[in-house]
Amino acid sequence: MSYLGHRSLMYKQGSSHSQDPMLKRDGFEDILEERRNSSDLKYALRCYAPVLYKGVTPCKANMLKNIVLQSDQLRYVINQVSQESGEAPDIIQEEASVILEEMAHRLQISTVRFFAFALSKAFKTLFQHVCVNEEGIQRLQQAIQEHPVVLLPSHRSYMDFLLMSYILYTYDLALPVIAAGMDFMGMKFVGEMLRMSGAFFIRRSFGGDKLYWAVFSEYVKTMLRNGFAPIEFFLEGTRSRTCKSLTPKLGLLNIVIEPFFKGEVFDVNLVPISISYERILEESLYARELLGVPKPKESTSGLLKARRILSEDYGSIHVYFGQPVSVRSLAQGKVNRSTYNLFPRHIPRKPMEETQSFVNDTAYRIVRLQEDNMVLKPWVLMASLLLQNLEGMELSVLTEQTVWLRGLALSYAAFLDWPDHAPTAKVVSSSLALHRGLACVSGGRVSLVVGEPLGPVTPEEALFNRAVSVLSCASYRNQVLHVFLRPAMLAVAMHTAASSKKNEVYNCFSFLWDMFSNDFILCPGDTDFEEACYLLVKTGAVQMPQQDIVMTDIGQPTLSFFNGLLEPFLQGYQVVCRYLCEEASEGLTEKQYIPAVRSFAVKLILAGAFTSLSELF
Amino acid sequence: DTVLAAATITMKLTSTVCFPRQEIMKWNGWGYSDSKFLFNKKGQAEFTGKRYRLSGMVLPSLQDWFENTFGASVNHKSPATPALNASAVPPASLNEAFVEDLKATGIPFSHEAEDRVFRAHGHCLHEIFALREGKKFERVPDMVVWPNCHSDVVKIVELACKHNVCLIPYGGGTSVTSALECPPEETRCIVSLDTSQMNRILWIDEKNLVAHVEAGIIGQDLERLLNESGYCTGHEPDSMEFSSLGGWVATRASGMKKNVYGNIEDLVIHIKVVTPRGVIEKSCQGPRMSTGPDIHHFILGSEGTLGVVTEVTMKIRPIPEYQKYGSVVFPNFEAGVACLREVAKQRCAPASIRLMDNEQFQFGHALKPQVSSIFTNFVEGLKKFYITKFKGFDPHQLVVATLLFEGDRERVLQHEKQVYDIAATFGGLAAGEDNGQRGYILTFVIAYLRDLGMDYYVVAESFETSVPWDRVLDLCRNVKERINRECKERGVQFQPLTSCRVTQTYDAGACVYFYFAFNYRGLADPVHTYERVEHAAREEILANGGSLSHHHGVGKLRKEWMKESISSLGVGMLQSVKDYVDPDNIFGNRNLL
Repeated sequence: MSYLGHRSLMYKQGSSHSQDPMLKRDGFEDILEERRNSSDLKYALRCYAPVLYKGVTPCKANMLKNIVLQSDQLRYVINQVSQESGEAPDIIQEEASVILEEMAHRLQISTVRFFAFALSKAFKTLFQHVCVNEEGIQRLQQAIQEHPVVLLPSHRSYMDFLLMSYILYTYDLALPVIAAGMDFMGMKFVGEMLRMSGAFFIRRSFGGDKLYWAVFSEYVKTMLRNGFAPIEFFLEGTRSRTCKSLTPKLGLLNIVIEPFFKGEVFDVNLVPISISYERILEESLYARELLGVPKPKESTSGLLKARRILSEDYGSIHVYFGQPVSVRSLAQGKVNRSTYNLFPRHIPRKPMEETQSFVNDTAYRIVRLQEDNMVLKPWVLMASLLLQNLEGMELSVLTEQTVWLRGLALSYAAFLDWPDHAPTAKVVSSSLALHRGLACVSGGRVSLVVGEPLGPVTPEEALFNRAVSVLSCASYRNQVLHVFLRPAMLAVAMHTAASSKKNEVYNCFSFLWDMFSNDFILCPGDTDFEEACYLLVKTGAVQMPQQDIVMTDIGQPTLSFFNGLLEPFLQGYQVVCRYLCEEASEGLTEKQYIPAVRSFAVKLILAGAFTSLSELF
Repeated sequence: DTVLAAATITMKLTSTVCFPRQEIMKWNGWGYSDSKFLFNKKGQAEFTGKRYRLSGMVLPSLQDWFENTFGASVNHKSPATPALNASAVPPASLNEAFVEDLKATGIPFSHEAEDRVFRAHGHCLHEIFALREGKKFERVPDMVVWPNCHSDVVKIVELACKHNVCLIPYGGGTSVTSALECPPEETRCIVSLDTSQMNRILWIDEKNLVAHVEAGIIGQDLERLLNESGYCTGHEPDSMEFSSLGGWVATRASGMKKNVYGNIEDLVIHIKVVTPRGVIEKSCQGPRMSTGPDIHHFILGSEGTLGVVTEVTMKIRPIPEYQKYGSVVFPNFEAGVACLREVAKQRCAPASIRLMDNEQFQFGHALKPQVSSIFTNFVEGLKKFYITKFKGFDPHQLVVATLLFEGDRERVLQHEKQVYDIAATFGGLAAGEDNGQRGYILTFVIAYLRDLGMDYYVVAESFETSVPWDRVLDLCRNVKERINRECKERGVQFQPLTSCRVTQTYDAGACVYFYFAFNYRGLADPVHTYERVEHAAREEILANGGSLSHHHGVGKLRKEWMKESISSLGVGMLQSVKDYVDPDNIFGNRNLL
């Protein structure tokens, strides 16, 4: 797979056409436009006849259950569980049937039509545009016919999966079945509605439950093998509250890839999908959650309260359907499928090391592809700058620096949606207008908006409110991190290394890389250091004479911006280290850990030890 | 009631010089010179000659099928070079001392270009393609010898050892694994040892039902001669018209009727082999022995790397009283495979049971000769109507299994009922004797059809594997898909034909045979393209749990996968046998290892 080749090509293109960041990527079409001009009811009732997988075995959702319950795979596990527990196989079989009943979707087109109607109304109120890359849709349509398809969208909002189904319905593509967390089931009516629009529900944790795992994996595999529908799930496992991509979870990916290794399907296509929100519906909710206010339980009434948000403007959404990734091509030369030849295929087995590392690698690659095609708005750049100037900035300075940062981002191939032909001042002011809940201009200065609490305030409460606004802002800065991460780590490494010797800088870089590999998407085996050097040299911030890495005359602004960008993350680690050294007692449990660190940090900040707040959680 | 016309290519020693098989057989294609497919002036296909049931017949649907399937046209010919160009053949480099000593023995030999070229190849696509193109040969045998009996072979092998000459045994020449190709790096004189004159049945032992036969005998001659005494071996590989007993032993051959008679390893009771170390023989003909690993299994599948098989004692059976063909139509390939699996499970497989996929079913139809009577036409039409309209089978999905029952009449009928009953539970409909028989005729003429394809820019080949039952469908689907995809990626302009059939059933799995053909117009090096695709297809087979080969063997074509297939320790074991038996690599065809 020419994944790396593709990336480097992209950089090359980016550099020679830095004025047109969209060049390498497809253009977008606003699907709301038609909705604003024609009947939603007609749209919801129109003829829907998607193309299907060429090898599809037509079957109804109910037949699927029977196929699963009668599969060799499940029967084997049922017998095994029965022998271990001493229960009769019939009883275990019944249990399996109950699990499946709880899990299975009941996809039906009428419910989807209902959602198509309702969402059309809602989207038009909430968003200015819902933009989709049509070429991506065409590629997807092709892919759906050829091989079983797995849709892997990024996950930032509850909206994501309804939005996905909505788009696929709009383009007359096969509707996906979606792996959803069981918490949705709590919302009685809505849970069932989602089930009928293709969601199937899985428990959040079922660690040692063999039977559950068997039913679940066989259910997914059966749908995949039969080509019943594209399978959709979120690699990140849960919504990212910070807008940083989360470390991918491998369970489901393992399940959908295994049929390829076992020869049950010729190939599986993984389609990375990047859903970028200009404003996330859950924006301030997330910040509070991160600060320890418990996540509201999903409930129908809660959803109704959320109607309040309907009155706000959430800008636009961009959905980018990436190039389908063939598992077969990815696995070429990495996994020897014949190692599956000497073991019956229906007996569950722990994946071999070779396979595990392949799946892990694949998951990271997909998340990086999601990141690459995330559409960034000018506000994201502004938020990055504001966070380095918490005391506020002159509007003119902010404007000037935003323009500068735009140039830097573009030369690093960021997928920036900067309005054509609009004066910069206009772009900045309209961004500020959309995000007026986060930043405000007064007297020519831009600063973060801090919620005004009622009544007298303790210093802790004041700090809490400040932290909410900083974290909300950080969730925008985080969207651009993947563009700057590698050069920024190099900048920090250069700053901390004892000399400018390349190998010393490299050692610092490796240290940071290891440390941050849980914070950011860093794939093992990638040539991140080389990439970072290449990018910094390309933009003229750094030169590499012989065995050294040194800053150029004009490199100062870039390097100091990068140092500032990562500083909050480094400080976060420092706080944790200090806590662990100074305060932590023996027998600290995981449950106690986060609140304890949080209050430790509050103490430090109130004592004036730290200035930045954005990584306190 | 054999589908073969009685024919023989055995020629007795009539002159003292040479034994030109090429007089009745094609030098650059399959089979008899007088039998070939061609499109006549009216554009209709016909099969020439008198040897086969199809011979002399017009096949009205073949042209349409051919043009539609391959995007080929009868107007675009790619004719073969008419005759062998002697200047394309490297001169014989003879070992004079060996020739002198050989002369003294009186064993006939030749170093004519035609004799040497004829024995320089098997029937792989690249070999036949090169002959047709008149390409220059890199390496061919320097001479051909025709031993007449076991002791002649002993003398030849002794002389070869004495003078360090490389020997390559040659039986029927039907290899499809590059096994007969001379290693280009071989600098010694290469002598092709043609076993065709060792073709006698030496004795028949009716008490033990065994026959002692010289290994050069050709399959159809062996059956014909045994039939004269009321017996048969029942060993009928698809190549039996031309392949030899020695070749079967050397490649671990499998016959169509193995369900009744067994494969070659089940049929041989005793093998006599001349090696550089001497002659391998056992001391008795006990039907089974526990005397360490069976030394026969060093010989079976040794592909000419250890020595020459000269005489074989083989099981024989009385000719069956009754034979009946049959066929069953299934709605799709999945149903057909499920039925064959059930038949194997109940261990009631007929002498032969084969399942053709839809592509082959349609191909079979394209080979239907002109129907002479309106009535037959009418009946055929009715049958088609019944199956597709009344039973709702999709003509682009349905597949057919062909059957051959053997035994005494009553039991055959009983057996037939049992198999049809099983078939019915998988949605199978009995489709008549005629369809069954046609399926088996196809087996013998299909190799001729490749030559027709090559006259019109179409290259074709077949390959096989064996695979556990639960993987049959996945393997078939994935290999076909891989071929289609590789063709596309390698610039083949037309949709290739990929087709498969299940040709043998076992308790634990099946033998699957693939046909693969494409129109090569627009390709610079069609053979290279073809080889890359076949290579990819074999990788796909191995990745899907299939074996490297069920009965074709390894030769030089599939050597690269031997380690993966039998482990490096396994290869080492075989190598140590080779090193002991043939330390100077006299049998230097470099097959297998």
